[in-house]
Amino acid sequence: MNRRQERRSYIVGYVLALALTLPVFALLAFDLLPRRQILWIAGVAAAVQIAVHFRFFLHIRLKGQTREDLQLILFTTLLLILMGGGTIWIMTNLAHRM
Amino acid sequence: MNRRHPGLNLGEAHDSANDDAEKEVFGFWVFMMSDAILFGLLFATYVVLQGNLNGGPGPAELFEMPSVLIQTVLLLTSSLTAGLAQLAMKHELGTRRIVLWLLISLGLGLAFLTMEMRDFLTMTSKGGVPQASGFLSAFFALVPLHGLHVAATCLWLLALLGQIARYGTDDATKTAMLRLGILWHFLDVVWIGIFTIVYVGGLA
Repeated sequence: MNRRQERRSYIVGYVLALALTLPVFALLAFDLLPRRQILWIAGVAAAVQIAVHFRFFLHIRLKGQTREDLQLILFTTLLLILMGGGTIWIMTNLAHRM
Repeated sequence: MNRRHPGLNLGEAHDSANDDAEKEVFGFWVFMMSDAILFGLLFATYVVLQGNLNGGPGPAELFEMPSVLIQTVLLLTSSLTAGLAQLAMKHELGTRRIVLWLLISLGLGLAFLTMEMRDFLTMTSKGGVPQASGFLSAFFALVPLHGLHVAATCLWLLALLGQIARYGTDDATKTAMLRLGILWHFLDVVWIGIFTIVYVGGLA
């Protein structure tokens, strides 16, 4: 990639990040939808935005990556899902039984 | 393109810095991912404790979304300018350009911290102190920890500016800048989680 393409890639990432963030704030500020629905939309937008940040700012791709780098990130994601998801699952289950 | 480590690669023009970067940047990613686990578990704690108000003030009374919006835009913009600083280094556009982008990033980071600190003070003045409820304990464990990370990164940036002033852009400053960039972008990713789970999730 040459210099101009690289700079454009950062700007594309920035514009995408703003495009995924600002609508969520607008939905909240003007109460356009029920709060639960806004949370679902915000969750999906956040997941996409995290992917955007990894792709455009941190330059992580699925192809052309040294293998152990990608494994490190994927393993961390697995740990987060197991430990974070597990905590929430067990604790809410416990709260229901109390 | 031949990629030797995760993140922005400096390319062939910076060969000796690349040899250092290969080890150092990968090592920094290992630290970053362990930090991600730490934040992930604090997020889980917040989700679990969020509903426990103990009769204290809740998210609707305490959160000020306009301020959170400004903080978000400040952080996102600082991520762009930190990236442009790294590109200026990669393409050897001169030390002045690098320092200029770094100073803009630093300014945006400090503005973010000022806004956040102001929000915390407003919260505590409304009775939203950490010991008031489970929700507030979880909030003050998570959000100020991110702020502390941003403050430490700003301090590191100042040190890096000193290093550039003293030694110029040698291999050590180049790899330090790559690592600083990773931390900066990573803290942005954590902030996405904070505004989605803590702020939007708290109000939902």
